[in-house]
Amino acid sequence: MDAEQPKTIAVSIRNVYKSYRRGLQPVSVLEGITFDIERGEFLALMGPSGSGKSTLLNLIAGIDTVDSGSISVEGVDIATLTESDLARWRSANVGFIFQFYNLIPVLTAFENVELPLLLTSLSRRSRKEHVETALSVVGLADRMEHYPSQLSGGQQQRVAIARAIVTDPTILVADEPTGDLDRVSAKEILDLIGRLNAEFGKTIIMVTHDPRAAERAHLIRQLDKGELNHVSS
Amino acid sequence: MYLLRILFRNAWRHRLRTLLTILGITIALLSFGLLRTVVGAWYAGVNASSAGRLITRNAVSLIFSMPISYAERIRRVEGVKGVSYANWFGGIYITEKNFFPNFAIEPRGYLELYPEFVVSPEQKRAFLGDRKGCLAGRKLAERFGWKIGDSITLKGTIYPGNWEFVLRGIYEGVDKATDESQFFFHWDYLNETLKKTVPRRADQTGVFIVALQHPQQAAETSLAVDALFKNSLAETLTETEKAFQLSFVSMTEAIVVAIRIVSYVVIVIILAVVANTMAMTARERIGEYAIFKAMGFRSGHIAAMVFGESLFITLSGCVIGIALTFPVATAFGNSMEAFFPVFQVDSATMYLDVVFSVLIGMIAAIFPTWRAIRIKIADGLRRIG
Repeated sequence: MDAEQPKTIAVSIRNVYKSYRRGLQPVSVLEGITFDIERGEFLALMGPSGSGKSTLLNLIAGIDTVDSGSISVEGVDIATLTESDLARWRSANVGFIFQFYNLIPVLTAFENVELPLLLTSLSRRSRKEHVETALSVVGLADRMEHYPSQLSGGQQQRVAIARAIVTDPTILVADEPTGDLDRVSAKEILDLIGRLNAEFGKTIIMVTHDPRAAERAHLIRQLDKGELNHVSS
Repeated sequence: MYLLRILFRNAWRHRLRTLLTILGITIALLSFGLLRTVVGAWYAGVNASSAGRLITRNAVSLIFSMPISYAERIRRVEGVKGVSYANWFGGIYITEKNFFPNFAIEPRGYLELYPEFVVSPEQKRAFLGDRKGCLAGRKLAERFGWKIGDSITLKGTIYPGNWEFVLRGIYEGVDKATDESQFFFHWDYLNETLKKTVPRRADQTGVFIVALQHPQQAAETSLAVDALFKNSLAETLTETEKAFQLSFVSMTEAIVVAIRIVSYVVIVIILAVVANTMAMTARERIGEYAIFKAMGFRSGHIAAMVFGESLFITLSGCVIGIALTFPVATAFGNSMEAFFPVFQVDSATMYLDVVFSVLIGMIAAIFPTWRAIRIKIADGLRRIG
């Protein structure tokens, strides 16, 4: 009998509920979501607007809190962390890739990528090495001193990806990473994200509306009205 | 260092807005400094007064004189070291616009009682030896280009006629607080002329200056002097020189209070301007603060960024404001020399400029910081795009 190789769970989501208040009315966004994300997984979360996929991503990334249920990342139940501990946890474990890149406009590409490292105890020289490596990985070693306004959308997103990976986080969360890009740039970014998963073994959770982007994932989970209702691979 | 770099660059993101805010702070602190200096100039006489001197005047009013014979009786009072006297002359030099204070004094005693007026021994000797000689302050002599030996004619208002003097000395102040715009001449010259022209006004003086052996005995000595002339035709009122000078300032106290209030109102207005700038700044950057927080930066980092930027703006305005205060005050003081003979920007004004700049920077940053810290990351990120 072949014993199946046990897979390591990176993210464990158990019975998560989340609702918001619209005026006096509570609006339920997630209703009892339960699933696991394996280490090294590339997961795409899809669903119509308002289905709760970005909310779920925020909860996994520790930038929002659950109403009930639990989310564990590499064994740490992030729902139990204080705000300060959560900030510390995010800086070490989560890399963010946003739709609108969200680079700091007054900082160069190098400085933007260096930002998360300022929260570590790395020396200046080590930080420089890390930043140069991250920018090389995304193919922007020659654009280090450029400001965001001097870069194209695709290049800005690559800087944002370099910033997301520079601390070597446990998970990468990407919210519509190609939503603001043309087709060519979007393909480049998806290639890069795919590479991060395939070559560097990064666990990636990506929210997208774009079926072409979702195709790159190993697994696609469909959310609708706060519930998981379809899984495909 | 990194934080400094971020807040410095952030401050210059809206250059025009930042420059206008800095300009506003500069003008506000400049105005504050000048208004405070004006108030200080108002009190220059009070500040320069000595605790070791009393002023005796007619108890009814300063415009009434006292017999010169009082001098010897005052000299015999216990605790009195010396006595001199002076009379406000109120002369005009060429035109009323050329106002400066001029006094007929008993020169020998007066110069001993006022060591803050420094005259060279030769000039002092020449002044004392010439009954028509006069002594002018350095600033006054410079103002009219007077040199030793020049003839000066004052037109009398209280004592009619043209009064001829020869400039025998130019005194300098022992420090910057000393008024160098006064004009002194011999009381004897005035008195002798009055004896010939208006005899009933002769042998009178406006004030006696009483030097004390021990300043701490000022109250007892004042009472003793006034007791001497109780129930006489010219009862006296003796007070410290400071109280005497303050009585002049109190006549215009409403103006001084108004100036003081305006100087603080200026600070409140600029606080509102800076608070508005910082509120706009924080509102525009709320998404960026959310990104910083998402990356793991904590509330302290965000607060340091907002407070740092606010303080950078206010302290920039402060430095420029202080740097401009000195030349502007000098120019203002020169143009208003007749009214403010001592116009000095004091160090307390500089300290207050810095204190207010820091306070404005801090207060203006409180609300934006509070907003930036409280914003939920997910809400802040939603505002981008």
